[in-house]
Amino acid sequence: MHHTHKPPFIEELTAITGQDPSQCYQCGKCSAGCPVREFTDEAPNRVVRYVQLGFYEKALTSKTLWLCAGCQTCSSRCPKDFHLAHFMDAMRELALKKGMVEDEKNTVEFHKAFLKQIESYGRTHEVGMVRDYKLHTMDLMKDVDLAPTMFLKGKLSILPHKVKDTKTIKKIFKQK
Amino acid sequence: MTMNFGYYPGCSLEGTAKEFDKSLKAVIGKLGVNLQEVQDWACCGSSSAHATNHMLSVALPTHNLLLAKQQGLENVVAPCAACFNRLVVAQHEMATDEKVRAKVEDILERPYNNHLDVLNIIQFFDRVGTDVIKEKVTKTMEHLNAACYYGCLLVRPNDITKFDDAENPEAMERVVEATGAKTVSWNFKTECCGASHSIAHTEIAVKLSKRIIDDAIKHGANVIVVACPMCHSNLDMRQVNMKKQFPNHQEIPVLYLTELIGLALGLDAKALGVDLHFTNAAPVLK
Repeated sequence: MHHTHKPPFIEELTAITGQDPSQCYQCGKCSAGCPVREFTDEAPNRVVRYVQLGFYEKALTSKTLWLCAGCQTCSSRCPKDFHLAHFMDAMRELALKKGMVEDEKNTVEFHKAFLKQIESYGRTHEVGMVRDYKLHTMDLMKDVDLAPTMFLKGKLSILPHKVKDTKTIKKIFKQK
Repeated sequence: MTMNFGYYPGCSLEGTAKEFDKSLKAVIGKLGVNLQEVQDWACCGSSSAHATNHMLSVALPTHNLLLAKQQGLENVVAPCAACFNRLVVAQHEMATDEKVRAKVEDILERPYNNHLDVLNIIQFFDRVGTDVIKEKVTKTMEHLNAACYYGCLLVRPNDITKFDDAENPEAMERVVEATGAKTVSWNFKTECCGASHSIAHTEIAVKLSKRIIDDAIKHGANVIVVACPMCHSNLDMRQVNMKKQFPNHQEIPVLYLTELIGLALGLDAKALGVDLHFTNAAPVLK
């Protein structure tokens, strides 16, 4: 019997997504249709290529991971049924775990602020989320012109909506 | 006969998208439909869960699916496209990945005994019946040329959402046409608006959303109809930024599908929350 030993990084990645990056044959269809390609440093298929060739650090530190909007266009169009959007999810998870996020700290802070609301209340509290995001990024003036209208329209509530069963929510966050 | 559905509003519908919830509740009263809210529902985790932790992105929606099941619901309507997407993706993961399933069952201390039908807002109106809507129209929307905007999460990934065509869906057009409105043929119905980048990368959301708006107008639309809170906030609220950035920006009202149906059923614009938008919707209220 023939045994192939996959590099530990590939094992880790595959454990999250259930798919092997070698499945991708680099046709580039994903990058052609990617709506954020013009803002990224690397084309998404190139991030996959780095992983295929073992340049894990280059792939994990790419801004592309954090600029991916999760629109799933790549996943839907892939001729090899490689879910690139899931690959991106897993790469972000590993980049965070390995402390390898160099740029795009704002996007990371946004996700953290968002998840902190859920962990505390079980639901997203937009005011608390934006407050935490602004305090961590010091991007204090962003959208200050829109906020008063939102309050007047009653779209932003001062207090969070809290679920009763916060115990289960906290458990999910703890054991995830 | 009253039709019964379970209801998962999601966080946006009690905040920035409260008019989506308000208009849906106003409309169902007219259509003879009853919605039973999932008691003590929690957030689905949205983009931030799946972008940072796979287990979290499956466990949070599964917690909600189990709550719905426990409460005797057979289906659940998730009007927010992002919630719809996360709920069906979680169902898919729980059905296909044994390891994930075992871990989530362990965390939640409950066996997973789905299946529950998760419906997006278009599927919901399809079930209610476009003929039922047509019958109840008291104020035709024939003055409207609607660009039906699906965005990403209703249709993709198509092998999991199993909803319409990923590139050129047409289900929303059928519902919109039931109100008497005409629909336009255009290019950007499933292009991404930038989604949650609206906060950390406003420039991306503004640029992508502007392209969508301009294409809708170019193809003769005088209103854009949406079924997603994130799409609505990028297309409606971000027109404030567009007007500052592009002096020639041509405005276009953006309505939730439920608001359009409500208007056709003769409901007052204010009762539908149409006054809560940033871009003036007056041109569509004839």
